[in-house]
Amino acid sequence: MSDNGKFEPRIVGFVCNWCTYAAADTAGISRLQQPPNVDVVRVMCSGRVDPVFILKAFAEGADGVIVSGCHPPGDCHYNSGNYKTFRRMPLIERLLEQYGIEKGRFHWGWISGAEAPKWAQLTRDFTEQVRNLGPLNWKRMFASKEE
Amino acid sequence: MSWVTLTIDGQTIQVEEGKTVLEVARENGIHIPTLCYHPALEPYGACRLCVVEIIRKGWSSLHTACTHPAWDGLEVKTNSPLVRDVRKTIMGLLLSRCPNVPIIQELAAEYGITAPPFPVEDPTENCILCGLCVRVCNDMVQAHVLNFSGRGVKRQVGPPFMEKTRQCIGCGACTSVCPTGAIEIVLEEAGVYQAKPLGPTAAIYVPTLQAVPRVPVIDTDSCIRFRQQDRTNGAIADACGACQMLCEANAIDFDQEDEFLDLDVGAIVVATGFEMWDATKLSQYSYGKSPNIITGLEFERLSNAGGPTGGEILLADGRKPERVAVIHCVGSRDHNAHEYCSRICCMYSLKQAHLVRDKTGAEVYEFYMDMRAFGKGYEEFYERVQEEGVVMVRGRGAEVEVLPSGKLRVTGEDANLGKLVAADVDMVVLSTAIEAPHDASEVASLFGLGRTPDGFFAEAHPKLRPVETNTDGVFLAGCAQGPKDVPDTVAHAGAAASMALALLGKGEVTISPAIAYVDEQFCSACKTCISLCPYTAIGFVEADNVARVNEALCKGCGTCVATCPAGAITARHFTDAQILAQIEGLFRIPVIEIPNTQYPIPDTQLPPTKESNHER
Ligand SMILES: Cc1cc2nc3c(=O)[nH]c(=O)nc-3n(C[C@H](O)[C@H](O)[C@H](O)COP(=O)(O)OP(=O)(O)OC[C@H]3O[C@@H](n4cnc5c(N)ncnc54)[C@H](O)[C@@H]3O)c2cc1C
Ligand code: SF4
Ligand code: FES
Ligand code: FES
Repeated sequence: MSDNGKFEPRIVGFVCNWCTYAAADTAGISRLQQPPNVDVVRVMCSGRVDPVFILKAFAEGADGVIVSGCHPPGDCHYNSGNYKTFRRMPLIERLLEQYGIEKGRFHWGWISGAEAPKWAQLTRDFTEQVRNLGPLNWKRMFASKEE
Repeated sequence: MSWVTLTIDGQTIQVEEGKTVLEVARENGIHIPTLCYHPALEPYGACRLCVVEIIRKGWSSLHTACTHPAWDGLEVKTNSPLVRDVRKTIMGLLLSRCPNVPIIQELAAEYGITAPPFPVEDPTENCILCGLCVRVCNDMVQAHVLNFSGRGVKRQVGPPFMEKTRQCIGCGACTSVCPTGAIEIVLEEAGVYQAKPLGPTAAIYVPTLQAVPRVPVIDTDSCIRFRQQDRTNGAIADACGACQMLCEANAIDFDQEDEFLDLDVGAIVVATGFEMWDATKLSQYSYGKSPNIITGLEFERLSNAGGPTGGEILLADGRKPERVAVIHCVGSRDHNAHEYCSRICCMYSLKQAHLVRDKTGAEVYEFYMDMRAFGKGYEEFYERVQEEGVVMVRGRGAEVEVLPSGKLRVTGEDANLGKLVAADVDMVVLSTAIEAPHDASEVASLFGLGRTPDGFFAEAHPKLRPVETNTDGVFLAGCAQGPKDVPDTVAHAGAAASMALALLGKGEVTISPAIAYVDEQFCSACKTCISLCPYTAIGFVEADNVARVNEALCKGCGTCVATCPAGAITARHFTDAQILAQIEGLFRIPVIEIPNTQYPIPDTQLPPTKESNHER
């Protein structure tokens, strides 16, 4: 909870080095307004995002997770890493659903290096969306089980 | 090869056997007038104008030089009183047939005839029945459309029964050989002889005067030989060939074909440049509705010394313009077209305004929004153009209207006066935007390039790496990366060339340390990774029954790492352990209270959460 009593969600964003990370970087340099709730973890390509990372983030206490890479087709710096993301993410969505994690807590998509405003908008919208869903408390759930 | 010796006008000349008197005379700079002669066609002796006096074995007689062989021992007089007398009669007859053809009038005047000496039958007659068109159509083009019909005074030239025929391919060869301009082509279907906006180009031409190497090229879409070949599926494969026949260096080879070369290279510079934006997309500028509304590039062609007017700035009807409007930003800085500034057009528009003032003295109106005189000496040039009397109207040219008189009315808002203004001009030059070539996306995927929202190729970093791309060894030069003028293009290209040379000069490449490796202990030989690697960097080693990464090929994307079901692959510097620790780190840092920031934070910007203390 923040000082004014509003719920402040914690969000982890897995972004690829060449597109979305560049966009996030440009968004910062351009002083576009972004909520501080999103923490960025850089990977070389969105194809590097192991489902384990996403589960780990939720398990550690994240209320939302973003995965973002380069636009298909063709934008991926490694030609086809984003295709693998394209195939994997729907599977992860289903997995998360089975774990009881609401759809709105997970976002995956594409933001190119030139789309800094889109990244800033995503962080604002997604933070708002997760805020409305409230805390996930997965960590506490695990903790109570372990006790 | 045997040689013959003859005298022409007292000059003794030795030549190879087999030429005509006319050819020999011309080769030696002796002038003999002709009308029905063309070097690429069989001589025909119809006009009789080339008549000369030939003395052989003491006998003098009159012959047409274009048909008479250059025999050994001939004595030729091309300008004797007898010859002049006969030519005078011939010109008198020709002028009486075609009294209103300029070239006939001029030639007749040379022989002292100013009015037709014989009764004129038809003052509109243009054809002298020289048969050049018939010969070119049958012998060269092999379209067999034109021929003679009728006898005596009824003899005439035309298609069968003087009717339209589909045999005609609209090549225009007849019009180009006709000495009197008697043939006009009216195209009902697309032919080769298309009137292009700035006049037709020949099917064989030198692309520009400065072309390197400066050799002509054949436009196979217009070349008669290629067209006949295509049209008849090769049945007429030897049509025309005039250029080959006339080329003394024997340099014309019709069998040349495009070649595809496979080259192994160490670096690539992509310099695919720009294309002009299509000005018909904004209908308010009426581009295409009048031949006197032209784009900046067409103006360049018009004012080029190698262009259709030899560099003169003329209207479509050949007059000099008296008033010219130049409209900036057509297709640039426009939400309905390109949002970006094309950067070069302000300066080239000023240059063109200067050229119009200099070459024609016409009044020039420049409709501009802002004057972007960004380079060294450019602001000074802008001042100079203003001093030359170019009228600057600050405001986007809104509309060009073609008036019934053919004049063009340009309207726009003059933001300085706060008023709508209009100018009636003879010529409008649209400074159209430049854009990425239409096939840029194919080139981008070929070389693995990114593109910025304006469509041009993306550099690796806008400030620090302006010529490199995200693909190692591929560099950008010039407008391929974004609009640039020539000095900027040259600087950018020089940088690209030296980056490429630096790469080659080193002789070895430095690869990123952030690549993947397989822990062979854990590899279960499932081969999943092998099909997923975009660089075919993982090979399967049958002998050891494991997958292995080729370090020179691996780019470190990590796809295989995320995939390996056995967890046997590790991405150096992006290991699972490192990333998981990063995630843990985000949530497990002890909470330290941050003192309030000194700036009031707007509503949408949220204060740091208590759980985390790291710098935002
Ligand atoms: C009307 C006009 C007037 C101008 N006047 C001036 C001026 O006065 N002063 C000045 O400094 N600048 C002027 N410029 C700008 C100047 O033309 C450009 O700066 C310059 O041409 C850029 O050079 P470039 O080599 O990058 O691109 P380009 O000149 O466009 O050359 C690119 C070349 O690549 C070729 N190409 C494209 N795709 C492929 C492919 N896939 N494979 C192989 N080849 C390909 C093209 O055919 C072309 O020959 C003017 C521009 C315009 C439009
Ligand atoms: S360079 Fe000048 S004319 Fe061209 S788009 Fe930019 S402002 Fe308009
Ligand atoms: S590098 Fe961005 S998705 Fe592959
Ligand atoms: S040129 Fe010889 S007759 Fe016409």
